[in-house]
Order: sequence, then structure tokens, then C-alpha cells
Amino acid sequence: MRSRSSLLTFTLILGAALLIGALNLAVPPGAAMHAPDYIVSLAGKYTCYAILALALDLVWGFAGILSLGHAAFFALGGYAIGMYLMRQIGARGVYGSAVLPDFMVFLNWKELPWYWHGFDMFWFAALMALAVPALLASLFGYFAFRSRVTGVYLSIMTQALTYALMLAMFRNDMGFGGNNGLTDFKDILGFPLAAASTRVALLLASALALGLCVLLARFVVASRFGKVLVAVRDAESRTRFLGYRPESYKLTVFVLSAAMAGLGGALYVPQVGIINPSEFSPANSIEAAIWVAVGGRGTLSGAILGAVLVNLGKTVLTGALPDAWLFVLGGLFIAVTLFLPGGIAGTWFIRKPRGARAPAAGVREAAP
Amino acid sequence: MNSLLYIDGVTVSFDGFRALDGLSLVLAPGEMRAVIGPNGAGKTTMMDVITGKTRPDAGRVVFGADTDLTALDEPAIASLGIGRKFQKPSVFEHHTVADNLLLSLAGQRAPRRTLFARESAAERLRIEAILGTIRLTPYRDLLAGSLSHGQKQWLEIGMLLAQDPELLLLDEPVAGMTDAETAQTAELLREIRGTRSVVVVEHDMAFVRALDVKITVLHEGSVLAEGSIDHVSADPRVIEVYLGR
Ligand SMILES: Nc1ncnc2c1ncn2[C@@H]1O[C@H](COP(=O)(O)OP(=O)(O)OP(=O)(O)O)[C@@H](O)[C@H]1O
Ligand SMILES: [Mg+2]
Repeated sequence: MRSRSSLLTFTLILGAALLIGALNLAVPPGAAMHAPDYIVSLAGKYTCYAILALALDLVWGFAGILSLGHAAFFALGGYAIGMYLMRQIGARGVYGSAVLPDFMVFLNWKELPWYWHGFDMFWFAALMALAVPALLASLFGYFAFRSRVTGVYLSIMTQALTYALMLAMFRNDMGFGGNNGLTDFKDILGFPLAAASTRVALLLASALALGLCVLLARFVVASRFGKVLVAVRDAESRTRFLGYRPESYKLTVFVLSAAMAGLGGALYVPQVGIINPSEFSPANSIEAAIWVAVGGRGTLSGAILGAVLVNLGKTVLTGALPDAWLFVLGGLFIAVTLFLPGGIAGTWFIRKPRGARAPAAGVREAAP
Repeated sequence: MNSLLYIDGVTVSFDGFRALDGLSLVLAPGEMRAVIGPNGAGKTTMMDVITGKTRPDAGRVVFGADTDLTALDEPAIASLGIGRKFQKPSVFEHHTVADNLLLSLAGQRAPRRTLFARESAAERLRIEAILGTIRLTPYRDLLAGSLSHGQKQWLEIGMLLAQDPELLLLDEPVAGMTDAETAQTAELLREIRGTRSVVVVEHDMAFVRALDVKITVLHEGSVLAEGSIDHVSADPRVIEVYLGR
């Protein structure tokens, strides 16, 4: 049942992306059914946010780890692809250097820093978009989980992590473009980023990635591993007395989740055309937690739904009442916490688990 | 004498207060032992020490021939074959009764194993057998959180059986049970007796009497008396600190 519903989710996501893509490319502009370019890029952005939400739901909804630093993993994935996109610009930059990105020429750097090597190759950058967040998550998680840091302390540590990264990335001498970040991208894999067809392709790639992440997440949470995760979430010390090591379970899912968030960021950056240190801002991670809370943590489709709905609200509201958004977001969070603790999906979608009903009255007698 | 568990002069202090004070106790393989004593005597603390939750300030806890448990942590001790039921029933409320047992079954515990583990036919049979033993067969697909208090206690005993441990530690297994449930639990314990060693902590003297095993009386962190139920209940010191209250 469950696996069929995630196949359905997969199909819906891909179907929606294909539809938007077709309405954009195949229907001439001006026709009533034409999907304008901004719809394509909005849908692409939402899809990437949904990947982040799914990643966060894996650790928060299923393992009870409220990470308030997940946007950092997203941003790191974004920077990795951003570095590739910078190097693709080549001599077309303002300063015309074939090797050095513009900001390095501007800083009077003579050669590429060692950690920029390899990013001229797409496969390498793509690998780094997953590996760097995973590596950071494994370092952080190893120490945090081994020391049995949990609950609000862990959340605060993740906030500190993303904040520290933001401050570091703001510095010019880090070699990631300082507060301007990485931008002015030209093309990806030889295709111009400005072309409508490239944008549709990126949307489809994001939708495919999200769909595959749903299937992967479903596999993980439905496995015995996933059952142990939920057990750890609900009664961590009990799992220890059964011989499980909660810290290794948390670490595994945290690393997987960080890589997933990195994937989201990697798909996000080519579509929005910029990555800068503000993506590490602690508020971004908190926003992601609100998407998941609104959609319904502990349900995969809920996380996706929450990311899309809240961002839809944000898009509409920031257009109409730019100053009101943060208040609405805060109010939304409080309202969901008070009145809808299971989120949208947890409240309306999920059938009661098998056996949530009491067995027939006679059964109770039969069992002593 | 060869022992399964040998607690040797264990002392545990909390901020200067001695919860265990030179406690010594020997348990033979296959033996069932009842531990009684007033509130705060150190019964739960003793189980904390055996299972690695609390590290003693002094003393040794030897399991089997020569494994010093005080050097190990909880998962390692659990994997050696020591299972524990908590004073407050502790089951996984969001999992079904069957899944609670599945997660408890002896087997691989590493994430890379459980990620790809499939429920084998042998495991399913074992779960069904335990469900029968703990009388929860009709409830197999119910969420554990929806069970009654007594049923949760049984489920937790079932989880211990699923672990297939050599040593079972039961902290007040009949607390909060009705008289009928208590009698059934005593019967259940008599069924598993002999197949493995069991330490039962209980306040319910009728239950302890029904078990009909050797009794250790704890008081202020050390052993006050030891012997048959008739022997300890005739001991004036036991009557004074515990039975006569
Ligand atoms: N973590 C702790 N910190 C401080 N004091 C503790 C701690 N754990 C136990 N104690 C104290 O140690 C003493 C022994 O507690 P323990 O729980 O072992 O008693 P018990 O024999 O199980 O009692 P009961 O019959 O009430 O369950 C008590 O006085 C208790 O307050
Ligand atoms: Mg106790």
C-alpha cells in the first residue's frame, strides 16, 4: 500500500513537471494554455525546496532530530554546482580570464585555489554537491550523536553550524565570492541557461530527482532500519537495551539526508542563477522546518506538500504585502503547532494505521 | 560454583548518597531469583549497573566466565544476552505489537544490515510463537500504544523473550496489573523458568510467593537477607524494614 502511494507521488511529480514543460514549450506564448517562463522557474524552485523538505523530514519526522541547519547542506550543494557554472563561464567573464572567475581577478589572485580544481568537470562538481554536505554531516553527527546531544541543544548546534558557515562564506578570502557569491552563469553542460528549453530540462531533472528521493526515502523508512529509526525517535534508551546503537542510526540517516539536501541545492542554483552566503542564514533552515511542520512531519508526501504550499503562499504574499510574510510565516507555525500537530498530511491524508481500531469486542475476552 | 552473574562489592553514589553499598549477589545459570526491598533500596539501580546504564564507583559485575560488564555500554551488554524490562513499561508505541517483537528478535543490529533485512519465515514463526506465549496473538497488528497497561507489560516481556537472552531482568513486571493478570504473569514466568536465568524485582508478595524461588532482600544498597520465602519472611530485620511496614 505504502510503496504504491510513493509510486503515485513519483508519477504525480513527474507528470506535473512534464505538463508545465509542455505548456511552456509546445503552446505558443499568448495562447490561453501557455505556461509562462516564470511558472517554469517557480516550479523548478519549489521542486528543489521539496527535496530539502523531504531530506529534513527524514531526520526530523522519522528520527526525531530537529535539524535547524539543513539549509546549510542545501547551500553547500548549491555552491558546488555554482563553482562548476563559474568555471563554465571561462573567458566570457568581464575580465576575460580563461581560468579565474571574475571575483578572483578582481581580488588580484593569480591562480586558482586548490579547492577550485576539478570543478570544471560536471561529474566532479555533481559528486561534490553530494559528498561535501555528507562529509560535513558525518563530522558534525559523529560528535553530536556520540555525545548524546539531543533535542533543543542539537537544534541550537545546527543553527550555530549554518551561522558559522554563513560568516565564513561572507569573507572574500575564503575564495567563494564573498557576499556577492557566485553568479552571472552562462551555461550548463554546454546548454545556455537563459534558453527556455534548458529551463524546462532543469525542471524535469529536478522533478525526476525529487521523485527518486521519494522512492529512496520510502525504501529507507519502510525498511527495518526505518523501524529502528522510529523506535529511536520514540524511546531512544529502550533501543540501546535491545542492542541497537542509536548514534549510528542517527548518523546514517543524517548523512543521507544531508546529501539529499545537497542534491536539492545543486539543482536549485542553475535555476535561480545565483548562490550567495545568505542561503546559509539560520532563518532559511527554520523556514524549511516550517514547511515540514505545515505539511506533516513523518509523512513523505506531507513534507513535499508543505514545501510547495508554504512557498506558494510566500510567492503570492511577498508580491502583495512584502512586509507581512515573516509574520504570516510565524503565525502559520504557531497555528500548525497548536491546532494541527500532524500537519496537513498527518491530519487529513493518512489513513489510520492498521489496527488503530480496537479488535472486535469478543477478541478481548478471548485473550486473557 | 560456576555463576552466570556475579555482582561483587558494587557501590554507586549519587552526590554522596549511596544507592548501592557494597552489594554482592551470585546468580547460577538457569536460576530465577526474586529481589525485594523497600522503596529506594537500590533494586532499580542494581539493574542499571548490570545493564550498563550506570557505572559503579567500586566493585565488579562479572557475566559468564569472565566478562566484566562494568567496562561495557548498554548495546554491548544487550548483545551479550542480557535483556531488561523497565519498571515503567517501555514499548515502541508507534509500532505494531508484531513490529515491537520483530525489532527485539536476536539478530543483526548494524544499520547496514537492518537497511536490507527482510523478515524471514523463521522470524515470522518466532514472532507468532512469542505472541502466543504472551497471549497477545489477537493484537499482533495493533499499535503498541493502544494496549492496556498490563498488555504493555506482557509485550515488554515478549520483547525480552524475542531477544533470546541468557539473563532476563524484570523490574516490577506486575505493577499496575489486575489480580488475574498478575496470576497469569506468574504462570508465564514459571513457563520460561529453567530455560534462562531471571532476576525479578517485585513488591507484590503474593506474586513473589507464587514464583516459589530464592529471595534476596535489599535494604539501603546491600543485601539484608537471602533464602526461601519462609526463611526471609521469618527474619526479624526483614519484617522490620519491609514486610512489617
Ligand atoms: N540518577 C539518580 N540520581 C540521584 N539519585 C538517584 C538516582 N537514581 C536513583 N537514585 C536514588 O537511589 C536510591 C535507590 O533508587 P532505586 O531506584 O534503585 O530504588 P528501588 O529499590 O528501585 O526503589 P523502588 O521500589 O521505589 O523502585 C533512591 O533513593 C533514589 O532516589
Ligand atoms: Mg525501582
